[in-house]
Amino acid sequence: MMDTLNSKNILNFLNKWGVILAVILIILFFTFSLPDLFLTSSNIINILRSISIVTIIAVGLTISLSVNGFDLSVGSAATVSSSLIISFFVWYNMPFGIALPLAILLTLIIAGINAFLIVKVKIPDLFATLSTMFIFEGVAMTYTGGGSISVGMPKLDGSPTTGKLPELFLKLGQTPWIIIIMLISVFLVHLFLNHSKHGRYMYMIGGNQEAARLSGIPVKKYRALAYVLSTFFAALGGIVLASYVGSSQINAGSGYLMPAVAAAFIGSSFAGHGKPNAIGTFVGAVLVGVLENGLVMMSVPYYSLNIVKGTVLALALASTYYSQKKF
Amino acid sequence: MKAVELKMNNINIEFPGVHALKGVDFTLKSGTINALIGANGAGKSTLMKILSGSYSHYTGEITLNDKPATIRNPKQAKNLGIDIVHQEVDIALVPYLTVAENILLDKIANNMENRHRIKWKEIHQEAKEVLLQLDIHLPTHRLISELTLADKQMVLIARSLINKPKFLILDEPTAPLSDTETEKLFFTIRKLQNEFNIGIVFISHRLPELFEICENITVMRDGLIVSNTKIKNTTIDEIVKDMLGDESTHLYVKKEKTIGNTTLQVTDLTNHDLSIKNISLHINSGEIVGIAGLVGAGKTELCKTLFGDFPIKSGTIQINEEIQKYKNTAQAVNKGIALVPEERRKEGIFVDEPVYKNFTISHLKNFSSRFNILSQKKEREISKEMIAKLGVKTPNELQNIGLLSGGNQQKVAVGKWLISPAHVYIFDEPTKGIDIGAKAEMFELIDQLASEGKAVLYASSELQEILTITDRIYIMYDNKIVKEVLTKDTSEEEIMFFSTGGTK
Repeated sequence: MMDTLNSKNILNFLNKWGVILAVILIILFFTFSLPDLFLTSSNIINILRSISIVTIIAVGLTISLSVNGFDLSVGSAATVSSSLIISFFVWYNMPFGIALPLAILLTLIIAGINAFLIVKVKIPDLFATLSTMFIFEGVAMTYTGGGSISVGMPKLDGSPTTGKLPELFLKLGQTPWIIIIMLISVFLVHLFLNHSKHGRYMYMIGGNQEAARLSGIPVKKYRALAYVLSTFFAALGGIVLASYVGSSQINAGSGYLMPAVAAAFIGSSFAGHGKPNAIGTFVGAVLVGVLENGLVMMSVPYYSLNIVKGTVLALALASTYYSQKKF
Repeated sequence: MKAVELKMNNINIEFPGVHALKGVDFTLKSGTINALIGANGAGKSTLMKILSGSYSHYTGEITLNDKPATIRNPKQAKNLGIDIVHQEVDIALVPYLTVAENILLDKIANNMENRHRIKWKEIHQEAKEVLLQLDIHLPTHRLISELTLADKQMVLIARSLINKPKFLILDEPTAPLSDTETEKLFFTIRKLQNEFNIGIVFISHRLPELFEICENITVMRDGLIVSNTKIKNTTIDEIVKDMLGDESTHLYVKKEKTIGNTTLQVTDLTNHDLSIKNISLHINSGEIVGIAGLVGAGKTELCKTLFGDFPIKSGTIQINEEIQKYKNTAQAVNKGIALVPEERRKEGIFVDEPVYKNFTISHLKNFSSRFNILSQKKEREISKEMIAKLGVKTPNELQNIGLLSGGNQQKVAVGKWLISPAHVYIFDEPTKGIDIGAKAEMFELIDQLASEGKAVLYASSELQEILTITDRIYIMYDNKIVKEVLTKDTSEEEIMFFSTGGTK
């Protein structure tokens, strides 16, 4: 009895603080292995910058996970918003103040379709968002004519363009702004999920949808809202990405889907008893970012990094599921 | 075909805390239909589970034609020719396979030996033959998922026939069926009896139909067999008396209270899936109104429809003389309706969440500031008050509710509706799975609500409870209200009579 209690306590402790512990250990390791290189302010900023787009998309995804859903379409949403905003500037000379909200608003159509398919048509979340992932990957490509858009490139019909990317827009993708946008996103989602009425509803829906409905929670409304918010942050991520690259690339957002999923799951496993949460997601992203950065500095080839990422994810999930012996 | 006689002698079985069967003797002859009935928890399901090999830890003896038979697992039971068709037909069928595949599932899964290729033609041929023998007309290529419940039952009966059983247990097969479907089922059952010489145990709560199909009737109560007779020698009244016994212990003595004006008025209410039909009822303030009826009579559906969880087809709901049109549970809560649902762990509480979050979930508005930011401090304060008020046994409000006992969980499930007062409180089997002490506390709580002028609806299939706590009772049978009685003028016998389909 005592023994099981003790081992349970250790597991509990690891579950709660494991990710922080891991981050600290890894940082210590790299600091000693790479003196004068790793723990410098420029490298820290570098790490934060490298994880910012993934984190912005991942905190949105975290909201969809909180209602026990799953939004696979966030990558496509990021692609759509980045294509839209660059085209608005380059093709249509739109001012920043109109282009930004319009790009986000149009991208939210994806959320509407997701919510419709999931809440009304009752397709399981994963499959519904898998279809919209494909659909909007295609929509974005069709919109850009299957190519990229950058300043000076002619429109699809061959007519010349004169649009430039506004200064303000280009700032979004540069430090410190890109990091500040990430931190604000993390903070807002944390406030929303952990301290607001709405977040509580979402967690309760995620925990037991039946009981939530019979407690008088408008379950459909909140599940729809979860997808709207997850698409919103994906759209924001896409815009920051467009600003960072300075152009819109084919399927630019799709590369962020799986890292975002990984960050959210590492976070919820290590720092939330399996409960998706914004801070955990952030720390999960930091963990991956630190590892990638340090390993590259130690001359591990970039093409081997996914081995590390996958291993961390497997360890994180193992720590949740192995201790979850439900009877 | 020679007759086979199955005997169960002095069967005893215990589960933690319950002596479920106390020396039961049961006899069944092939070619006869034997009704087995009893109130909830009487032990009939347990007895049949032993016979079909679901339990191995019983004591006693089972013989076939006086030769001892070993039944400790389902396979042994099947090999001896004993099969069961469970009430939950969907569990036993594979929905995306065809009728033929399901009928021959056993054969495909277990008796393929060294062959790897399935001969579809043979499978369908064999299935067709079985169905033909039973006079069931079902295309063998149809998918199970496309069948009605009644047809699924037929598939299960056909499947059991593959093993050439001598005895077949039908566990409440008519509960979900319409009258014409029941007639069809009886036709098939008679065929099993006469042409296949199968001995059938027929479990049902609908007493009138037993007289139509059964020869013998066995009544169980509290783990004992209380009567065993030819059905033509008995009546519904006598059966009901046997089911209930004559001891009636008083759990709780109700308070005196004044009954006021009509709070809830329901007129001719029918919901979309017709799980309740033409329901009219009213509850006055300060009144506790019971909904009696057997499992499947539509009590839960009525409760949930009143709570906005089932779409309404026709009829009206009025609260304090105002017609209410709510489309979902959230709106119902806003109108002042509270529901304590039947399936506590599944529907009533959030098992992985702390007690305080379970208390506050339905009234988070009370704890949110501007921008809907929650004050956990306030939430925990109220929860502490509620824990003290309701006497919830928990170390503190941060404890996970899943770790509490059933009775304490239920107190929280009720308590969440007390944080902000409602007009109408609906309780659906609120004492299910809680001990006798907690039961009395639950009654006191409900009585207290009524004396505060709330309208209370109390749905239960436990007659004693209904008689203890309510002022007036509506009895449901087949998704309708069939009778309204005053609690002081009625008896368990009368309620049981009407809830099993009796008419006077």
